[in-house]
Amino acid sequence: MSEEFQNDPRVPPELRHSVFITTLDKIYNWGRKRSMWPIMFGLACCAIEMIATAASRFDMARFGMELMRPSPRQADLMIVSGTVTKKMVPQIVRLYNQMPEPKYVIAMGSCATSGGPFKEGYNVVSGIDKFLPVDVYIPGCPPTPQALIHGFVKLHEMIEGQTIRDVPWYKEGVVDAIPVPALGPDLLDWRQAQEIAARARQIAEEAQEEEA
Amino acid sequence: MVRLVKSLEPSPGFPEGDPIALLQERFPDAISPADKGNHTGVIVESDRLPEVALYIRDQLGYQYLSSVTGVDYLDDGYFEVVYHAYRLSGGGPLTFKARTPREDPVLPSLVAVWPGADFQEREIWDLYGVRFTGHPNLKRILLWEGFAGHPMRKDWKEPYYEEEHKPFKSRWPQGHFAMAEERTPWGRNVQYPPDFTPEGWTPEGDAALYEGLLELETGHGNGKGLRTDRVVVNMGPQHPSTHGVFRMVVTLNGETIVDLEPVMGYLHRNHEKIGERNTWLGNMPFTDRLDYICSMHNNFGYAVAVEKLMGVEVPERAEYIRVIMAELTRIVNHFIAIGFLFNDLGAFFTPALYGLEERELILDLFEMASGSRMMCNYFRFGGVARDLPEEFLPLARELVENRLPRVIDEFETYLTGNEIFLARSVGVGVLPKEMAIAYSTAGPVLRASGVAYDVRKAEPYGIYDRFDFEIPIGTNGDIFDRYKVRIEEMRQSLHILKQALDQIPDGPIQAGKKAYQVRVPAGDAYGRVENPKGELGFYLVSTGGPNPYRYHIRAPSFINLTSLGEMSKGHKVADIVAILGSIDIVLGEVDR
Amino acid sequence: MYGSGILKGLGVTLKHFVETYIEDIRYLGKRYTPETLPQRQGPKERGIFTVQYPFEKLPVPENFRYIPFLVYDDETGKERCTSCGICAKVCPPQCIWIVRTKDPKTGRPRPEPAEFYIDASICMSCGYCAEFCPFDAIKMDHDYELSAYHRDELVFDLKKLLKPASYHAQIHPTDWKREEEARAAKAAKKAAARKARKG
Repeated sequence: MSEEFQNDPRVPPELRHSVFITTLDKIYNWGRKRSMWPIMFGLACCAIEMIATAASRFDMARFGMELMRPSPRQADLMIVSGTVTKKMVPQIVRLYNQMPEPKYVIAMGSCATSGGPFKEGYNVVSGIDKFLPVDVYIPGCPPTPQALIHGFVKLHEMIEGQTIRDVPWYKEGVVDAIPVPALGPDLLDWRQAQEIAARARQIAEEAQEEEA
Repeated sequence: MVRLVKSLEPSPGFPEGDPIALLQERFPDAISPADKGNHTGVIVESDRLPEVALYIRDQLGYQYLSSVTGVDYLDDGYFEVVYHAYRLSGGGPLTFKARTPREDPVLPSLVAVWPGADFQEREIWDLYGVRFTGHPNLKRILLWEGFAGHPMRKDWKEPYYEEEHKPFKSRWPQGHFAMAEERTPWGRNVQYPPDFTPEGWTPEGDAALYEGLLELETGHGNGKGLRTDRVVVNMGPQHPSTHGVFRMVVTLNGETIVDLEPVMGYLHRNHEKIGERNTWLGNMPFTDRLDYICSMHNNFGYAVAVEKLMGVEVPERAEYIRVIMAELTRIVNHFIAIGFLFNDLGAFFTPALYGLEERELILDLFEMASGSRMMCNYFRFGGVARDLPEEFLPLARELVENRLPRVIDEFETYLTGNEIFLARSVGVGVLPKEMAIAYSTAGPVLRASGVAYDVRKAEPYGIYDRFDFEIPIGTNGDIFDRYKVRIEEMRQSLHILKQALDQIPDGPIQAGKKAYQVRVPAGDAYGRVENPKGELGFYLVSTGGPNPYRYHIRAPSFINLTSLGEMSKGHKVADIVAILGSIDIVLGEVDR
Repeated sequence: MYGSGILKGLGVTLKHFVETYIEDIRYLGKRYTPETLPQRQGPKERGIFTVQYPFEKLPVPENFRYIPFLVYDDETGKERCTSCGICAKVCPPQCIWIVRTKDPKTGRPRPEPAEFYIDASICMSCGYCAEFCPFDAIKMDHDYELSAYHRDELVFDLKKLLKPASYHAQIHPTDWKREEEARAAKAAKKAAARKARKG
């Protein structure tokens, strides 16, 4: 193993002849995964289980996560815990856009995964992954604190698999922020605006044909 | 200062006799009895509604308006608004209703008589489209301005609409799996009016809301020649004060509050629309998710309301189990309420952590009995779902006799005498007695303002009349009194628990056989319980079928918020957070 | 003295802090072992209350409900489900989809499920399916370690849902005993009735 490390271009020359070196990846990922700061963001009942996880029985501080930051600029993990409603989605997308990279999203509970038991409601979005990229889904209604910590362990495993060479935030180019949806006669996702306009035109043409 | 009383205060001077008969005598042409089969209450002519309401409040003594509900009778062609009023000395409700045709629904507003009807009338405007003339601020409350349609109407279909009532035929016997997203052309839960196009359209936003606020007169200057300006600040939905997604739009003059308007609906999950599609039994797990901290108590309220319609007798052991679960829930809720109140005041997390530790032990009991820590789904119509396992009673006795009294005394030791807490809470957020009654507040907020009213003593449900307990009443109605009332209520709950654990008999836990198709006879009923946060009521209308026709939840946190604006005027920004924490709201209930 | 309230409060916190060390001494080095877990998580505990998940797991009680699973008999390998559809009808958010098998020759329905889907991302863990199943074919599982990276892994089909009856006996011992006794009593009654008819 030591030859591989000695010839690796990322290893500085003065360390090349040491016997055992951890890769930069491992240190980088260890630092990131052992001190993720969640944003203080609880929507509904799952938030109470998240608070119970932060309390003394299922201590989240063992993973470095007890520091829940109210400001999105200082956080790197968004645990969407609770039902995502149409009225709230613009604020969630705005908060996600304000978080600096690297950022992760956990969809905690059935409601954040897919709308949950309230899926048929007129004010409920069928899962936060309609707007944000989600990394881990945790089912349950609500997931017990042990299930939530298992979700964190899965997130840590995912982070361990990332390498500095491939991560998107060190690549060139500006990442587009997700467009904030608008609240009109119903929730409007600007990425679908073309299809909605096309359909409106189609319906108008059909109405004209009917009249004629 | 908090004192303990044994029973409700009598209110003398009001006429004896049947209130409906007195009403019919006084207004012979405006009152008519309820004409649908098995419905309660009287029907009032809609133009005479304000003067009848004044008579009911002043002459008959029904000072407390508990709930205002709207019902859509599609086949009969009218909307009906149902009011329930109570006397503060106890007893049953006076139900009166007003009707208006579906084409152009207009009713006079009762905000001048009972200010507590404010938010509930706005909700009926939002969800049904009934306009209330004379309402000071008739805007949408749970949905946003610009939403297409009034969703609770019976002819309004949601985007994922499948069938009128559950169970859906598409699940069995030919239940091929299909995601709900495939039912709309957009792949999501949205629907647009046919002529809507996003080209050239800009969203309305909050223009209407801010316009109303900036017109307020504050009186410029601080009297010493300094000109001040009014600022509007959003204490927005994402907020470190962990009460959930609640937004307050505050108009400030410097640091002093001039006006506060709460904006809700960020967690509006359509319980009522889904409730009309569900079966009677299928609604029980959804009631868990209303006030998600006290799920057993919400189940209790729903079971009481349906059992009123069904006329079922609950066996003894089940009644005792219900009381034990309800009082344990009260202790859990007050630990969280006090813990998060201190979170907001700045004692970050120590009292909350100590309270959450005790809550974990009580949640172990709930998990043992019902299967889940929070969403218990334990009550059924006519009893409870499962019997208690053997480890339950010894563990409960150990907690109630040894551990919990010690912990509550410890809370008193280090919290009540704390000078910082006293400076920030005594005299802050005062709600006088008459205002508390007029604004329909309930629960510890009402009792801290000096009103002796508790649903367990006013209209006892279950076996609460057998237990010997007292009600703590405050004097000033400030934050300190609400905190002290909650501590004393926890002690009284322990007292009730000791009696219940001693007296619990053996026996069956459910009346009749276990059935999943529950048929409830036609009629309407309003059942209420004393939730730890206030009075939780369910108004149910049944047409004799397997699904409810109308399912309405009278949420205590929603109505307690009516007084938030009044309580905060004149205080500083730092006080609003403390006042909101002392009202103790839960957004699942506020937005339903 | 002004400030005595704050000092009393700090004294309570200090007492909690010291008590954790006293409890450690009382356990004498056997603190983080599974035998002491019930005592440490019980009502008489004064010290550190933490459960070191994922290294030690807090056991769940028998009644615990999370996501359902289907039971098949160990000896025959056949599922107990007859696709009667009661669980699909009683589910409040309607997250169970069942296709009943049709006999290919006669075209009449057979009591076996051809397809059985449960969308675990809609399930609200209410337990009605398990409570009202007349054949003890669907029960509530205790497994809560179900986190996934993709949303389609959370739709369970018949293969993923089937688990042996021995697993059901292991996680629900008292329920298993009660069901076996009821089953044996019914079989005995049937045998007695058959004997009475023959004789």
